Amino acid sequence: MTTPSGPRRRLVPAYLATQGRELAPGRQTLDRLSILHAAADLPAGLGGEHRQLWELVRPGALTVAEAAAHLRLPVSATIFIAADLAERGALQVRAPIPSAQPVNRDLAERLLSGLRALK
Amino acid sequence: MYLPATDPILMKLMVTGPFGVGKTTFVRSLSEIPTLHTEETMTAQGIPVDDTARIPGKTATTVAVDFGRLTLPGGDLVLYLFGTPGQRRFLPLWEDLARGALGALVLADTRRLADAFDAMDLIEEAGLPYAVAVNRFPDTPPIELDKIRAALDLDPATPLIECDAREREGCLDALIALTEHVLDRLPQETAP
Repeated sequence: MTTPSGPRRRLVPAYLATQGRELAPGRQTLDRLSILHAAADLPAGLGGEHRQLWELVRPGALTVAEAAAHLRLPVSATIFIAADLAERGALQVRAPIPSAQPVNRDLAERLLSGLRALK
Repeated sequence: MYLPATDPILMKLMVTGPFGVGKTTFVRSLSEIPTLHTEETMTAQGIPVDDTARIPGKTATTVAVDFGRLTLPGGDLVLYLFGTPGQRRFLPLWEDLARGALGALVLADTRRLADAFDAMDLIEEAGLPYAVAVNRFPDTPPIELDKIRAALDLDPATPLIECDAREREGCLDALIALTEHVLDRLPQETAP
């Protein structure tokens, strides 16, 4: 299994995990609920936090927030690493609401009937 | 642990209120996964940062954000609940966390009702619709919702409900009341 085992202390600060760069390309398109799923093989030369994230989302999809919590990384560093992997084709990224539509009545109605159905 | 393979739409609601009001308990009562948390760091100036090592001389506060997940029947809609502190000084972080959220639930404790004002201010500033849920603690005196509504100076349209954050049913009722209110506030769609 590829889930990190047990609590783990991060040995490098977050900005080193991102190799000291400031902003990832495409970062603005990722947020806490962007959905990550490993696509291709991990490109050679990527290790550390990149590998951990890629391995985490190989068996299935997770949001950025969940991946950050599992890897014990700040959300912003996770976004950075995910954008890096996506740029190299190793990660599929999907928006929480596919067509990027704003919250509309249809979605709110579906949420309401879903919540009622849970009772 | 992984999302259903149905390509669900993800939605977000905020659960907020003063420290110790039961936000984490509320999220845990509804979440299908063990609740997770991220540490968010914020400077004293209220600016969210990743790593304080990068801004020498600035003091920073770490804020824990708890969240959980709830897949709705059918599997095509997944709701995320973010439990966040409701202090006004967290506004920049709060706005960042709440981006894209449908609405917010304020948890209140009748023994210290005034603490809820901060959270209500925060949400109003962020422009989100909200409902207030009074969390019933074992030693809470009988709750009179009309008195609480008056004390909180709530808009007549703002839902006010009572729940026990440890009990799933009541938590669901609170989310239903909030979602109904969100729906009331959304404009009717015009025909294309």
